[in-house]
Amino acid sequence: MKQSVDNSRRDFLAKTAIAGTITIASGVLLHQTANAKSLNETSTRNPHTPVSNINRWGLLIDTNKCGKSCSACVDACNTENGLAGRTGPQDTQYIRKVTLRDKSTGHELSLPLMCQHCESAPCVDVCPVNASFIRADGIALVDRHLCIGCRYCMMACPYKARSFVHEELHNQKTSDPRGIGTVEACNMCVTRVDAGKIPACVEACSADNHKAMMFGDLNDPESGISVELKKHGGKQIRADLALNTGVHYQGLNE
Amino acid sequence: MSKIEYTSLQGKSPAYFVLLGVLGLFTFTGILAAWYMEHNGHHVTGMTNQIVWGTPHIFAIFLIVAASGALNVASIASVFSKKIYEPMARLSALLAIALLAGGLVVLLLDLGRPDRLIVAMTHYNFTSVFAWNIILYSGFFTFCGLYLWTMMDHNVHQYKKYAGFSAFVWRLILTTGTGSIFGFLVARSAYETAIMAPMFVIMSFSYGLAIFILVLMATYKASQMELGDVVILRLRNLLGVFVAAVLYFTFVYHLTNIYDADRRDFERFILLDGGIYTTVFWIGDIIIGGLIPLLLIYLPSIKKNRTVLGWICGMIILGGLSQVYVIVIGGQAFPLEIFPGYDVSSSFYDGIVNSYTPSLPEILLGSSGIAITLLIVVFMLKVLRFMPNSLADNVIDPHYSVK
Repeated sequence: MKQSVDNSRRDFLAKTAIAGTITIASGVLLHQTANAKSLNETSTRNPHTPVSNINRWGLLIDTNKCGKSCSACVDACNTENGLAGRTGPQDTQYIRKVTLRDKSTGHELSLPLMCQHCESAPCVDVCPVNASFIRADGIALVDRHLCIGCRYCMMACPYKARSFVHEELHNQKTSDPRGIGTVEACNMCVTRVDAGKIPACVEACSADNHKAMMFGDLNDPESGISVELKKHGGKQIRADLALNTGVHYQGLNE
Repeated sequence: MSKIEYTSLQGKSPAYFVLLGVLGLFTFTGILAAWYMEHNGHHVTGMTNQIVWGTPHIFAIFLIVAASGALNVASIASVFSKKIYEPMARLSALLAIALLAGGLVVLLLDLGRPDRLIVAMTHYNFTSVFAWNIILYSGFFTFCGLYLWTMMDHNVHQYKKYAGFSAFVWRLILTTGTGSIFGFLVARSAYETAIMAPMFVIMSFSYGLAIFILVLMATYKASQMELGDVVILRLRNLLGVFVAAVLYFTFVYHLTNIYDADRRDFERFILLDGGIYTTVFWIGDIIIGGLIPLLLIYLPSIKKNRTVLGWICGMIILGGLSQVYVIVIGGQAFPLEIFPGYDVSSSFYDGIVNSYTPSLPEILLGSSGIAITLLIVVFMLKVLRFMPNSLADNVIDPHYSVK
């Protein structure tokens, strides 16, 4: 006796499989689209994840776009970190504008110079008490509770990026507690970075419409900074020292 | 050699107490200066974010380097078995300890946060040459202390040779470490060269012996004990060798830099157009600290003249301070080369020669290191028996006749 086949169950399974595939595929596609970054988009830290070496935060500075008379990054840094903005020989400067003139061609350019957040940082190597350290995500910091003020890191830094606090401070910013008798430097606006924001200098540079500074994750091949570095290259200052800096520059002679 | 009897200073004369008082006053002034600097912050000093190590470092480094060299006499006696030096070994070790103590006090009080000494003692970064030095300083005190113990206590006399050898090896490592503080600085034209370590070792020989001779002559003169020509001539000749060696190392250091195109600008700065640094280098370091002492040491007509020897030692000390000044301050004054191939300018004094004028508190703190050293020596000479009763020629070597 021939039994009739009930196709309805097969149809149901097939349609469920198709619907499932479409749902998952579109979800994956949407997720990828959501994660995709445009070239100029700046990657920031997810404030809900712990600091880890999955990220390496860095900066890319295009000297061709840097305004020679512009000091927006310096002003923003001073405001963000509660620095007085004075430029005496004993005053702190986390970031400074440097004017360069090529000795052979006479070509002039301008760039911001700050702590280069080296991977093999001389300041970290020489600090006797481990007050200078590199955070897991590549940001160079000074533990001001440990710093004894020996200034050996200032002697060792190839970029003269560090300052010593020569006098008592008042009205400090809670985001950047400082201390007399200790050494300090650009901390890549670490509290802003931890909150998922970009450093104040980068923000100010964009707001001023120069867009000469880019912040991002050097470990993420799809971040704006990595894509731009891959596409147009970049130079580390004193690359001969093999410190693998976190700050890269474009427009400097190789 | 006759059996050597050791004695301590009587230390009952008014002159002794006046000396203690003066040294105490200088020490107190230095500590007061340090308190003033710490209370107000380093903005009351001449130091800046460009010249981060100033006058206190010159004195501190000079004294620490000299400490190692002051141990020379003891080392020659116990390690190289030269009997003639043996009676002076105790004084040599005492002076070494005192010099290191004087230097370290200055170094510590010049820290931005000297109150955090406990941090420096408990947190070690083993890649830091500074941290190595903290261990080396502690070890130097320990080895010199043990060495003195074996020399002064007959119960442990048999270990003297081992203690002396340990102290000798340790002090070579110590001064290698001091030189390496500079030699390991990768980015500065003045430093980052392996010659720094042996150069500091040989500098220590010269400075340390000059200070030792001065202390020896002053002590024996003040206590009216006999100090014969045998000892003095031997020390004088040795000093000549060391001064010549320092000049040789200085020559090689600068020659190496001149050969390196990267560092020619720096050499031009130090040797030719660096203003105060050029003057101090040629007049202070080379002429006063090197050539004149060398000439006087080997001038036969004045070889027994103690006053001249005193002047020679003084000149070597002045030359040593000049040499450390040029290394420490001159090396920082020359602009850091951040962008090779470019002329640079900025609000942070990039690309220009940095200026430094020491303030009075810095000078008082720095020079108090010398006072602290002498205070320890003068005090200890009264407390324990460091000095042989006599260093007369017939005591040292009965068969010796001075020609």
